[in-house]
Amino acid sequence: MTQAVNSPYFNANARKALDDAFLQKALARSEKGFIERRKAAVEKLPEYDALRDSARDLKDHILAHLDLYLEAYEKNVIASGGHVHWAATAEEANEIILGICKRLNAKTVAKGKSMISEETGLNAYLETNGIRPVETDLGEYIIQLRGETPSHLIAPALHVTKEQIEADFRRAHVELPPERNLDEPTSLLAEARAMLRDKFLAAEVGITGANFLIAETGSSVIVTNEGNGDLTQTLAKAHIVISSIEKVVPTREDAATFLRLLARTASGMDLSVYTTFSTGARRETDPDGPLEYHVVLLDNGRSNMLGGKFQEMLRCIRCGACMNHCPVFHAVGGHAYGWVYPGPMGAVLTPSLVGVEQGGQLPNASTFCGRCEEVCPVRIPLPKLMRNWREREFERHLQPAAVRYGLGLWAAFAKRPALYRAATSLAMRTLRLFGGKGRLRQLPLASGWTRYRDFPAPQGETFQSQWKKRGTAR
Amino acid sequence: MTGRDAIFATIKKSLRVAGDDRARREIVAARLEKHPRGIIPARGQKPKAERTELFRQMVEHAKASIVMLDSKDDVPAAVAAYLRSKNLPQSIRHGDDERLSLIPWAKERTLEVTKGASDGAQLASVSYSFAGVAESGTLVMLSGADNPTTLNFLPDHHLVVVDERDIAGDYETIWDRLRERFGANAMPRVVNWISGPSRSGDIEQTHLLGAHGPRSLHVLVVRNS
Repeated sequence: MTQAVNSPYFNANARKALDDAFLQKALARSEKGFIERRKAAVEKLPEYDALRDSARDLKDHILAHLDLYLEAYEKNVIASGGHVHWAATAEEANEIILGICKRLNAKTVAKGKSMISEETGLNAYLETNGIRPVETDLGEYIIQLRGETPSHLIAPALHVTKEQIEADFRRAHVELPPERNLDEPTSLLAEARAMLRDKFLAAEVGITGANFLIAETGSSVIVTNEGNGDLTQTLAKAHIVISSIEKVVPTREDAATFLRLLARTASGMDLSVYTTFSTGARRETDPDGPLEYHVVLLDNGRSNMLGGKFQEMLRCIRCGACMNHCPVFHAVGGHAYGWVYPGPMGAVLTPSLVGVEQGGQLPNASTFCGRCEEVCPVRIPLPKLMRNWREREFERHLQPAAVRYGLGLWAAFAKRPALYRAATSLAMRTLRLFGGKGRLRQLPLASGWTRYRDFPAPQGETFQSQWKKRGTAR
Repeated sequence: MTGRDAIFATIKKSLRVAGDDRARREIVAARLEKHPRGIIPARGQKPKAERTELFRQMVEHAKASIVMLDSKDDVPAAVAAYLRSKNLPQSIRHGDDERLSLIPWAKERTLEVTKGASDGAQLASVSYSFAGVAESGTLVMLSGADNPTTLNFLPDHHLVVVDERDIAGDYETIWDRLRERFGANAMPRVVNWISGPSRSGDIEQTHLLGAHGPRSLHVLVVRNS
């Protein structure tokens, strides 16, 4: 069982998203905050761009030596008393985790935030097998109550409004007095804190993800602001880390390089509140901590991306900046992307992991404005990678007929400059006739555009004729 | 073929690793052994007094509170004052750290001091930090009986003592100190970097303090330890 893929229906999903008033309200609210916070944090660190370059180079170095760093990591996990389990597929990862839970007679599993567990569909799998997973990150807890998946890498409940959360809590926490006041976000937070405290203490197994795995020491690293990941892994009998093979970094110094970028780029903080390095299980003299420490390492198609056109995508450290700066994500949110990973990084990664037949729609959901690449902390050329997918989709005849014929028609003009110039200036004069100097609310054959936004009427001459004039002037 | 074999086989095939990969192995072994430092922000690279001042500013920026104390003997009064200011009972819990045992807690007659890990019933805990990092106002906590990890997360209020001489400019200095203490490749079970009190931005992207961990974090810097 893995997370079902709904990506082929991106167009329909996007249409639904644009008509969803709650979602539009939530998206409008979040857009500015992320962008401004990142900008402020970056401006305060003069070394930020140099750090990005070195992080990019470091990731390339790691990927070129991935087998060797994974070997070193495995050796050091074992040396510090932990266990490493390798899972080529999502199914294997789920089976390994279920095996550990069953051996420990676990009834409840506390979970820190993990996108890899979303990839494997772990929660549904555990439930089917009689084990109750409880998400403990506040955002993940909210969407678990709603029966939804995360719509953003670091803000999984980005699409939910405060009023919706209140309704969900009243529906789920029936043991609490119905007349209680939940108007303020602080009361919602306090209620979640109280409800989850008991779950932390009751859970036999704690599962977290990992932002990084350190080869030098065999440590796993998580970053959280809530402290939920730490309670998850400290209070249970066993701590299971579910992660993927490209998360390994060589040394603690290398982890520091990525940590200096991660929180700043993601949320504008110098560091997240809690950065936790975990190495093995409870030691002989420790008064607390898990008695067992397991790492489940998932491949799920990543090893096939190495050495190929999409290797650069494996540099991703999951900060979410690309979606925070994406006009398409701002318009439709994360669920429209139809699988685990949304936004520009999702548009590149999804076809790599689930196949271009299922994920090939997503790279088309881009205006190629390039902001994602501009803000990426490891400088992934996301527009280039999306273009690679578009080419592949075209080569394999996976696009709808209208798109193919449209492109063919455009190409016929583009290859004949005189014809192209004549046609564009005619089109422009016609559009100006319809729209005057303002905006066009309706356009024949382009209702897909004008249904959600106006089309700006041309304001002057074509780009080509302006360019030509400028050249003569110089 | 096991999952492990399958994964390594595909990685090597994709990377086109041929039989003799001695050169690659040497590169990897050298990086692991020499652990070269990356780019270290100039921000934290300051003489002691300025470094301490940056630490203080960054701790406050991370929404924690901080007091500067001349000596360890001032800790009990500062802890009692904090508890009073928050209307908390005069009661704390701490671990076996010798530096905490040497604090003259008895000076505060009404302060109840218990020892051990937390089971969630304590409102306030006191830990002794392994180090501080000025760059981001971060406390570095090590797991173990001296400062049990549960004391960092379960109580509502976490009070942390840090010696001024243990405040470093950057994380790299901390890694070297850990190597000195535990050996080249070894780590305590958990190293917690803590920068401010617990918070969540999951309700409409507004940062609210007091998610699952402590609602407030109070740092006590001891100048002469």
